[in-house]
Amino acid sequence: MTEKGDATPLVKLENVNKHFGALHVLKNINLTVSRGEVLVVIGPSGGGKSTLCRAINRMETISDGQIIFDGQALPAEGKALARLRSEVGMVFQSFNLFAHKTIRENVTLGPIKVRGVAKDAANKRAMELLERVGIAAQADKYPAQLSGGQQQRVAIARALAMDPKMILFDEPTSALDPEMVQEVLDVMIGLARDGMTMVVVTHEMGFARRAANRVVFMADGQVVEENTPDEFFTNAQTDRARDFLSKILTH
Amino acid sequence: MDELIKYAPDLALGFLENVKIAAVGAVVSMILGTILVAMRVSPTPVLRAAGTVYVNVVRNTPLTLVLAFSALGLSDRLGLVFSDVPLTNSFWLVSLGLSAYTAAFVCEALRAGVNTVPIGQAEAARSIGLTFMQSLTMIILPQAFRAVIAPLGSVMIAMIKNTTVATAGGYLADSAAVMKITFDQTGASIPIFIGLIIAFMVLTMPIGFLTGWLSRRLAVVR
Repeated sequence: MTEKGDATPLVKLENVNKHFGALHVLKNINLTVSRGEVLVVIGPSGGGKSTLCRAINRMETISDGQIIFDGQALPAEGKALARLRSEVGMVFQSFNLFAHKTIRENVTLGPIKVRGVAKDAANKRAMELLERVGIAAQADKYPAQLSGGQQQRVAIARALAMDPKMILFDEPTSALDPEMVQEVLDVMIGLARDGMTMVVVTHEMGFARRAANRVVFMADGQVVEENTPDEFFTNAQTDRARDFLSKILTH
Repeated sequence: MDELIKYAPDLALGFLENVKIAAVGAVVSMILGTILVAMRVSPTPVLRAAGTVYVNVVRNTPLTLVLAFSALGLSDRLGLVFSDVPLTNSFWLVSLGLSAYTAAFVCEALRAGVNTVPIGQAEAARSIGLTFMQSLTMIILPQAFRAVIAPLGSVMIAMIKNTTVATAGGYLADSAAVMKITFDQTGASIPIFIGLIIAFMVLTMPIGFLTGWLSRRLAVVR
């Protein structure tokens, strides 16, 4: 995997803090994501991984610090924020396909309503994307008629339809039956190979090893360790990370 | 039976007015109720507060007072006049008063529906760059509406029956007076009552069946 030419990072988090009431969920986070980079965030539950991921497109607000996306601070609200979100794809743990719309409509809604793409062009592009994730035959079904793995692949196609500058994956395989995990990971690995910038919160260590450029280990709201996947999995530097790895890699 | 047949034409004419009021009430209260629910779930505190105050004031005021206020307060005192023809004017005052009242109930039914839509639907809508209004009108409300078709049917049935309170707004006062005289003369004819009950049931029962059927048919499968 090669780094993309542009040297300025796509995302830069500076001294980001987040409190949920008395709970300090993000503690002074400093992190950059380069263009074309696949960053995998792992760590124990409740460590702030999802919150970090969701802060990047402001699904979660932050208490202080700042987040720079593509050279500009995240807008706080309104049309500017909607525009930012249209450039940052997001794939959720629970898929969140629009339940009252067909698969095709799920994929075309954003391009038509946000980007103003003509319906025919949006449909054509949607079918290409659905073809790419292997769901083209189901285009006229509703989300509830698809398996979890199929729904998640549609969710990826929906994100791709906006031609995002990056995609955030918030535990994309955690809600899936085991036999459906691989089909989603395969699509994600394909995206990584094509150079999509990705931040992936996951428990899939196999994916981290195969597709990540960098692994970030988070625990207790802090970035405890940052390293290449090889280095991290074979030679973790901190006790906290070694302890975590010993618990998940032994079985 | 004789009284019912004898007075049927008069009764039918009066009943037709109820139907007209109900038709206006159905359309306007649905529109107004949708605007109110948009206010009540909006991120703007001022709009939320305004929606909440409106719903709680109107919903807790007896309909007779709402209609009397429309006629005496809004029209006579404040000069809100829809038409120079008194009958037409009071038709609109009563229809819109009833709509304003029913809208509060439509709003609350829809708000219950909004609560059935998982938060992830709104998050997904925002994540592709839809604005709040777009998320609401394209993703949230269509699903909310489908979830509460049956309760909305009940609201509409109540609204249709509430058209009988129109006299409180000064509309059909003559008809009501005529009806009272009729009852006095015929000794509160049971056939007339039964005839009117059936007339209302012809309107309201299909609504109950239709909305029950629609709510099953249009249910959002998750």
